[in-house]
Amino acid sequence: MSRHWHGGGGGLSRGVRGDGSPRDRGVSQAGREGSSPRGNTALLRTSGLVKTYRTDGVTVQAVRGVDIDLAVGEFVAIMGPSGSGKSTLLHVLGGLEPATSGEIWLRGQRVDGLSTAGWAILRRRHIGFVFQFFNLLSNMTVADNVELPALLAGATARQARKRREELLAELGLADKATAAPARLSGGEQQRVALARALANEPSLLLADEPTGNLDSSNTRDVLKLLRRAHQAGQAILMVTHDARVASLADRVINLFDGMVADDARVVPIPREVNGVRDVLELRG
Amino acid sequence: MYGVNLSAGQYGSVRAHGGDGNVRQPLLALLAKEPAHGYELKLALEQTFGQAYPSPNIGQVYVTLKRLEQDGLVQSQDVEQTTRPNKRVYELTPAGREALSAWVDEPSDGPRIRDEFFIKLILAPMAGLADRMALMNKQRRHYLALMRRLTELQADTDPADTPARLLIEGAVLHLQADLDWLERCQEEFV
Repeated sequence: MSRHWHGGGGGLSRGVRGDGSPRDRGVSQAGREGSSPRGNTALLRTSGLVKTYRTDGVTVQAVRGVDIDLAVGEFVAIMGPSGSGKSTLLHVLGGLEPATSGEIWLRGQRVDGLSTAGWAILRRRHIGFVFQFFNLLSNMTVADNVELPALLAGATARQARKRREELLAELGLADKATAAPARLSGGEQQRVALARALANEPSLLLADEPTGNLDSSNTRDVLKLLRRAHQAGQAILMVTHDARVASLADRVINLFDGMVADDARVVPIPREVNGVRDVLELRG
Repeated sequence: MYGVNLSAGQYGSVRAHGGDGNVRQPLLALLAKEPAHGYELKLALEQTFGQAYPSPNIGQVYVTLKRLEQDGLVQSQDVEQTTRPNKRVYELTPAGREALSAWVDEPSDGPRIRDEFFIKLILAPMAGLADRMALMNKQRRHYLALMRRLTELQADTDPADTPARLLIEGAVLHLQADLDWLERCQEEFV
């Protein structure tokens, strides 16, 4: 599998980390073909994951014993009715909220017991986050938003700037570098958020309804970028309601009532079967 | 009007409903602009609809024209050609124009409801044939596979081919609605 975005200038290709340490992805990726996701190439694995909220003496079980796994480079979409626990699951997997019980393993390391600070370090190095409402820092420029994660992870100003320039060019935002996020359209803000999430070449990209607030042409742009990131080897776990987005995933997990109701590969329909005329049917 | 073939196992079908029904009105509409012969009409259809139209074969066009003539909606005359065989040029009759206006004016049916799946969903568990969760999971997988195909088609379609783009977008929106509806079934039935 190519490590580079097709047709891209290399801005989102994977090389050396901001802090200069080599990545181990190449090795894991090479070992992935043909092996089961539950094998030792699992990037992320949960076992009996539970998340319970207690508000005003009422206990709500949002996640009720979830076992999922994600292989290196795999793109998995999580669908399900609202209230099925999708976003909670994603937040727990990213350490934004602590698990109540169960195990989370990332890159072979058990992480569910990490402290808040431990999670912060893990996220900085290995987890990128994209949200529905972009969550950009409004008092910083686009460029600063994208450079910040690399700087926090210990990159030099020069390395961070270089990476930012590559990413923004790749996402078609080079001319927006000095703008404030509020001056950008929703689609542009989401692309900036994506650049920020990918700045440290995370092992895993977690995305919570990334197209939920976009119109259809901006959705298409974000889709295109996600597809290219995935083709370049980026592992993605995404909560989405949008079937266009989910259909691009290797696998779709259906969450229902805090549990996995279905977990299946998206099996593409063979290309030779139909063209536009065959899929669509005009009737007089 | 268009629909998407969504029933399991027949997503490749282009079969028209009611024989020549899918060419009839488009031919009348083209003839309302100017008289033309069969082959010109076939080309005009392809040009107007771009990739989106299930291009009729020339035989289908001629058969439909003949039927329209029998119904008194078009009339034809042979035009002599010096180097080639005569060609038959068709034009709209007043009755044809009326039929065309009536067709344009009447509201079109909405897309088919996916009743086949719904009937399975209601009946299969009663008959002890399958449980609803399994049925819904299977159907969702199928919809997602179709959606992937549509997304690929969208990417492969010439952006200048507006009819094709809009048809695909319509199909995508219907499919999304089907998935949302499946989610509602899941909420109510499980």
